[in-house]
Amino acid sequence: MKDTFLLDGEEVAFTPGQTVMQAATAAGKYIPHLCWHPDFAAHGSCKLCTVRIDGRLATACTVRAAAGQSVESETEELADKRRTLLQLLFVEGNHFCPSCEKSGDCVLQATAYRLGMLSPHFDHFYPDRAVDASHPDVLLDFNRCIMCELCVQASRDIDGKDVFALSGRGTRSHLIVNSVSGQLAETRFAASDRAATICPVGVILRKRVGFAVPIGKRTYDREPIGAVRADTVHTDKEPG
Amino acid sequence: MAGKLKVSTVSLAGCFGCHMSLLDIDERLLTLLERVEFDRSPITDIKHCSPCDIGLIEGGVCNAENVHVLREFRANCKVLVALGACAVNGGLPAQRNALDVGEILQMVYRTGHGLAPGSAVPDDPELPLPLNQVHPVHEVVRIDYFLPGCPPSADAIWSFLNDLIEGRAPRLGHGLLQYD
Amino acid sequence: MDASELDRILVQHRREPSQLLQILIDVQEQAGWLPPDVISAIASALAVPRVRVESTASFYSFLHTQPAGEYRLLFSDNITDRMLGNTGLMSALCEQLWLEPGRLSEDGLVRVDTTSCTGMCDQGPALLANGRAITRLTVDRINEMAHLVRSRVPIGDWPPEWFEVADNIQRRDVLLDHRLSPGEALAAALDRGAAGLLAEIERSSLRGRGGAGFGSDIKWRSCRDAWGDAHYVICNADEGEPGTFKDRVLLNSYFDLVVDGMCIAGLAIGSSKGFIYLRGEYRYLLDRLQARLAQRREQGLLGRNILGRGFSFDIDIHLGAGAYICGEESALIESLEGKPGKPRIRPPFPVTNGYRGQPTTVNNVETLALAALIAVRGGEWFRAIGTPASTGTKLLSVSGDVARPGIYEFPFGVTVADVLQAAGARDTLAVTSAGAAGHCLDEHEFGRRIAFEDVATGGSIMVFDRSRDMLEVARNFAHFFAHESCGFCTPCRVGTVVVARLIDKLAAGRGSPYDLEEMAKMHVLMQGASHCGLGNTATIAVNDMLSRFRSVFESRLQSSEYEPAFDLDAALSRARQMTGRDDPGAHLGSNLSAIDTHRHPPDWGDATYAPFPATPSPAKDEQP
Repeated sequence: MKDTFLLDGEEVAFTPGQTVMQAATAAGKYIPHLCWHPDFAAHGSCKLCTVRIDGRLATACTVRAAAGQSVESETEELADKRRTLLQLLFVEGNHFCPSCEKSGDCVLQATAYRLGMLSPHFDHFYPDRAVDASHPDVLLDFNRCIMCELCVQASRDIDGKDVFALSGRGTRSHLIVNSVSGQLAETRFAASDRAATICPVGVILRKRVGFAVPIGKRTYDREPIGAVRADTVHTDKEPG
Repeated sequence: MAGKLKVSTVSLAGCFGCHMSLLDIDERLLTLLERVEFDRSPITDIKHCSPCDIGLIEGGVCNAENVHVLREFRANCKVLVALGACAVNGGLPAQRNALDVGEILQMVYRTGHGLAPGSAVPDDPELPLPLNQVHPVHEVVRIDYFLPGCPPSADAIWSFLNDLIEGRAPRLGHGLLQYD
Repeated sequence: MDASELDRILVQHRREPSQLLQILIDVQEQAGWLPPDVISAIASALAVPRVRVESTASFYSFLHTQPAGEYRLLFSDNITDRMLGNTGLMSALCEQLWLEPGRLSEDGLVRVDTTSCTGMCDQGPALLANGRAITRLTVDRINEMAHLVRSRVPIGDWPPEWFEVADNIQRRDVLLDHRLSPGEALAAALDRGAAGLLAEIERSSLRGRGGAGFGSDIKWRSCRDAWGDAHYVICNADEGEPGTFKDRVLLNSYFDLVVDGMCIAGLAIGSSKGFIYLRGEYRYLLDRLQARLAQRREQGLLGRNILGRGFSFDIDIHLGAGAYICGEESALIESLEGKPGKPRIRPPFPVTNGYRGQPTTVNNVETLALAALIAVRGGEWFRAIGTPASTGTKLLSVSGDVARPGIYEFPFGVTVADVLQAAGARDTLAVTSAGAAGHCLDEHEFGRRIAFEDVATGGSIMVFDRSRDMLEVARNFAHFFAHESCGFCTPCRVGTVVVARLIDKLAAGRGSPYDLEEMAKMHVLMQGASHCGLGNTATIAVNDMLSRFRSVFESRLQSSEYEPAFDLDAALSRARQMTGRDDPGAHLGSNLSAIDTHRHPPDWGDATYAPFPATPSPAKDEQP
């Protein structure tokens, strides 16, 4: 017998210990998110999954589901907050989709489509961090990082390599790699690492396959994010 | 139905790709022309805006002339629309923003390969000066609507314009809202 | 830095990864910065990935991964320092040393920059010279300082009076007039026993003095009841809120009471280990505090078998390194573990999962000192002071436009007006009631009371008279938060910068009504969606100023028309320089004048087309 809570008025079953996000995802319900991934510990940084739980703002990925909770997600107020968060991310980095190989498979872009973000609204920050093409198989464009630390977790907890970390503070935060030169080629990173495919945006890109699937036929070209079945939302696994 | 709506269009720091996409609405252009007449636009070759209902701006703001034209549109258009990726976020031209425009001019006109001896940075007052950085149009004037895409597809433009003409808040469904 | 020196520091810290921040601080004190090879050496000595050492080293303002100069001179840049003229002094120093602020001199000798409030607001303008506090800066001191730097006189040989820090206690009540001898409170607590002590704390209704006001008895009981291999007491001496300096005074002159309070907390929660997390700005206190702890150990007032009563408790002091966020308890714990100070996901809270995942109570310096008083005098005595919901007294750090800046101890319930009168404030325009992160009050609110149920405060009271420009206050606060945001969550990391830019835009005379709307919008977003208290409170004061002193902001709006945040004419400067042009076409004016020139008479095209509001409205840059 499972407990239930209400998500936008609909009953969602959960097992004790599950977060609101985990329970919603298991029930096939979509709550927008960028830094959350079912295979990793909740990070709680992007704040896209901000919901109202019994009236209070909280992140669905960090709060445990509890019987009788009332969770609001699909409201105009929250959609508005989420769009603003997306716009903040878009102006903070260099998210110029027409030149990005990740376009169409990008969780940031797809979430912005789903939430109807039409412009970046704020003034751009125009970050200027050198790309790292040193590795034979993988390219890093640090200007697209949204600080989700999924690569940090994947490299540390699954690959056992600690290739990535965030450095700096505040708006100077940025991704770094584990070498004196700061070059990926001098780390133990390999294209077969989980960290190589985990990036939800276009920071970690495999070389030579960028356009193997043409624009227009990519994950979120076919179906909007969230309409895609919950267990296939995360596209980091190699296409079968 | 009262008279036609007046629409002006222009390409600032753009590639005219968005205008090509507008033309790509093909025979629907005829339907559109039943509802609108074009004022200042590459389609009419009218050089300055008169008061308009809708202004469509393609391209970002990369030089002084872009600023003047954008202001003319803002002053004359009831509704100003940023059309396409470059107008919305600066686009490809804005990828120069991490570089120093002075060094770029130096390289292009003075130190680059194959230049004639004595080449200099042009100083003709007829030429607009480039800005230090390329800006999306909303960083320079107030913009009412945004239609992203590189370019926005003909279907997206058609749907958007129809909504606007009918006085509805434009809404782009899946496949029409694209940033690339 | 030679290998043996590094090795000495590593050995001193037992090559323990959780000591990483302390190791980096010690290394930098020796080497002046943290060179890449030293970072690598530390990583391999601690057997942690290099990337983690770099991550910690790059997070803290006082650690440098680039050469930072033999003399590192950081001007405290709180609004109170500004009001005392720090900007002019800093320019004067830079001019005399031929430097630009923030840039290392070409000979690698000196770097002059600003830093967040150093807690010397009652005796500013202040600066930190290689981490050591210098107060009461004057033109003469700056002139002499420039000379001392140029002559390469070591900072240790600079005039000793420069380093004097006064307590400036202006009003004493039960805490500042406690008359207890060292260990007396601890002995009283041991007499009561843990259960009796907790009952007294509960009876006292003591609430945390950091500002949030959480019940101390509840915190200690939940910590005591939480299962763990070890329990920890942390004294939060990361007093970073701009305008507060009361903990500086407690540590300087009431340290025994604070240590007694920590031991008492240890007794209450069943802990034998405590930490004082001392903000890097108070580094000058460290040696003396360490010496006093050593003395107490000799006197049987700390360590094993305290007072011969079978209770053991010891204390380590950890230094911060310039990060306001470490005042947040979970960020403080991360920092204590040697990591960047980024707040954890809560729940779980530190009382169950704190330092090293063990039950931990984090208490403010003042709370611990008060707990010591309660152990002696009892909960009933304490509860008779203050208001029913806010018992006891509160230390207020009062600075700004007052005749007598300093520390005021008042019973809770005192009105803001009474505090202003005591401090000799005249012609007061505004008061910030809880630093940069709290509410800003105007004269209509000076009758309100300092208490958790009315004007809640951690104690930072900054006073602004009618000569002050509240836009400059707002701007100072906004830049403070943009600098201090840890960068973890989106709304705070990016939002604080957006807000700072908007206020800069107003200050530069390019604001329009849209920008005021934007500030209000950012307040609503950040207050609800941020990960921790920093982001949730970062816009409160600014938002208050915007509503209470709206005319100040509106008077800066040059234009009803939207204006760019950047100076369009200045944006042509490089091209003008490269072409040598200065003709009218090589310049740009403001939007307002230009758009007015273009605008035709109000004969808008087709009068039937009016689907949109005639008055300008915010952009439709999103769709439902």
